[in-house]
Amino acid sequence: MLHVAIATRAFRRYSTYRAATLAGIFTNSVFGIIYSYAYLALWDANPTAGGYDAQDAVTYVWLGQALLMTIALWGGGTTDDLAERIRTGDVAIDLYRPVGLVGWYLASDLGRAAYHLLTRGFGPTLIGVLVFHIALPSSVVNAFAFAVSLVLAVVVSFAIRFLVASTAFWLLDQSGVKVMSGAFAIFFSGMMLPLVLFPGWLGTVANVLPWASYVQVPADIWLGKHTGSGLLTALGFQVFWAVVLLATCQGVLRLATRKVVVQGG
Amino acid sequence: MADTATGGAVVGGLQHLRTYGQIAWLWIRAAWQYPTSFVLLAIGNGLITGLDFVGLWIMFAHLDDLKGFTLHEVALLYGSASLALAIADTAIGSVERIGTYIRTGRLDQMMTKPVPLLVQVCADQFTLRRLGRLTQASIVFGWACTYVDWTPLRVVVAVSMLISGGLVFFGLFVGFSCIQFWTTDATEFANAFTYGGATVTQYPLNIFPREVLVGLTFVIPVAFVNWYPCLYLLGRSDPSGMPYALQFASPVAGVLTMAAALLVWRSGVRHYTSTGS
Repeated sequence: MLHVAIATRAFRRYSTYRAATLAGIFTNSVFGIIYSYAYLALWDANPTAGGYDAQDAVTYVWLGQALLMTIALWGGGTTDDLAERIRTGDVAIDLYRPVGLVGWYLASDLGRAAYHLLTRGFGPTLIGVLVFHIALPSSVVNAFAFAVSLVLAVVVSFAIRFLVASTAFWLLDQSGVKVMSGAFAIFFSGMMLPLVLFPGWLGTVANVLPWASYVQVPADIWLGKHTGSGLLTALGFQVFWAVVLLATCQGVLRLATRKVVVQGG
Repeated sequence: MADTATGGAVVGGLQHLRTYGQIAWLWIRAAWQYPTSFVLLAIGNGLITGLDFVGLWIMFAHLDDLKGFTLHEVALLYGSASLALAIADTAIGSVERIGTYIRTGRLDQMMTKPVPLLVQVCADQFTLRRLGRLTQASIVFGWACTYVDWTPLRVVVAVSMLISGGLVFFGLFVGFSCIQFWTTDATEFANAFTYGGATVTQYPLNIFPREVLVGLTFVIPVAFVNWYPCLYLLGRSDPSGMPYALQFASPVAGVLTMAAALLVWRSGVRHYTSTGS
């Protein structure tokens, strides 16, 4: 119950910034249009590139724009608060609390993600449907699986962002690591270009790294590229990374509290 | 009389440049207080732009040409725009943050100091992290240049392209940041035009419908950053059939964009009333 309350508060906190949300939807849509034309030119020259057709490709673009904020691809979200509290030393108070730090911030990040999904996710998707006639999930099963996959994507992304924020225990400032991590996320999530286009070993590597959970896996589920047991494998892949990374978060936190002297405020 | 006035303006300009340099140096030393972050930021930013180009390269693994443009030609477009953006961004990157300065009241502090506001805002939190982009863009541009059939006039067009491109981005960033004088939480709106404009320039503009190209020529003039001058460098006729003269018009576009931005900046500063915090 406590965690639901935390999530609700985070949802409300993010929903205060209405103008920012509208501006964000506008910007996502502009980028959606730019990438749509770029992908249409690509698939016009090679209509079966990566096993996608032109409509798949354009759908992929708009899903990417919709997911960008929901999964906090560039980093940020509630883990930024954590990094700041580590830098100032306020984290000492958080460590007192009778609630686990990882669970607290995860709940709060899920609240944030829910808000971003309803606004920054839904907005661009609607524009995509209206202007570029993007594909919708072909069945109820796919739509449901997509919803599950989306939650898992947020959890995996949260765990990575939590680890990035935790580096502040040692480095005092997360910004360098955050930029590095954002660069990897943008490239290996399939945000910049679908991973299905990545050639040879690069494609193999990209598809097993955790970032594939961010955009490529949910998008492929939406597009109906995974069916039957393939669907379970795809979700299992995300579950695997979510569990491994959350366990790492706990481990790192334990290490940090034992080894690190918290800064005085 | 006129001479002394110009002389005064030049001395004043140099003075501002010096102040800019001093503030920038201050921030470089401040950033160095977190050395690991400093190094990772530089590498990370280089990586972001580097992977950007890897993305284009992967696209071309599936293509012979993108609407008639080969990888070398797209690299020329990409490199020149990226270089112009890097120059503008390094010089004035923090202008995007004026919303924060307004909210925290720092802008009020800045106004009391005997240095032009724009110089202070641009130099504030100056960061060398954009050196990553500068390096990467230079490499791509240099590589693409080896495929250009150079003539003296093409060299002139290329140099003026980089300077004008820098001015266009300078104008876009300063101009759109001014939105924050009127509303403080719609920063992202500006990104659609600034970073959106930068993204557009990675591609040959004939992938867009003609109406979009007209908009990118006369409204958000990013087509002058690289598209028109590069058509001349590559000796290609305009696939969208726009006037030939536009291929030489980049400096005009650069100066006009910058002048418009400075006007918006002035009216923004005049309109500004403190948040009182």
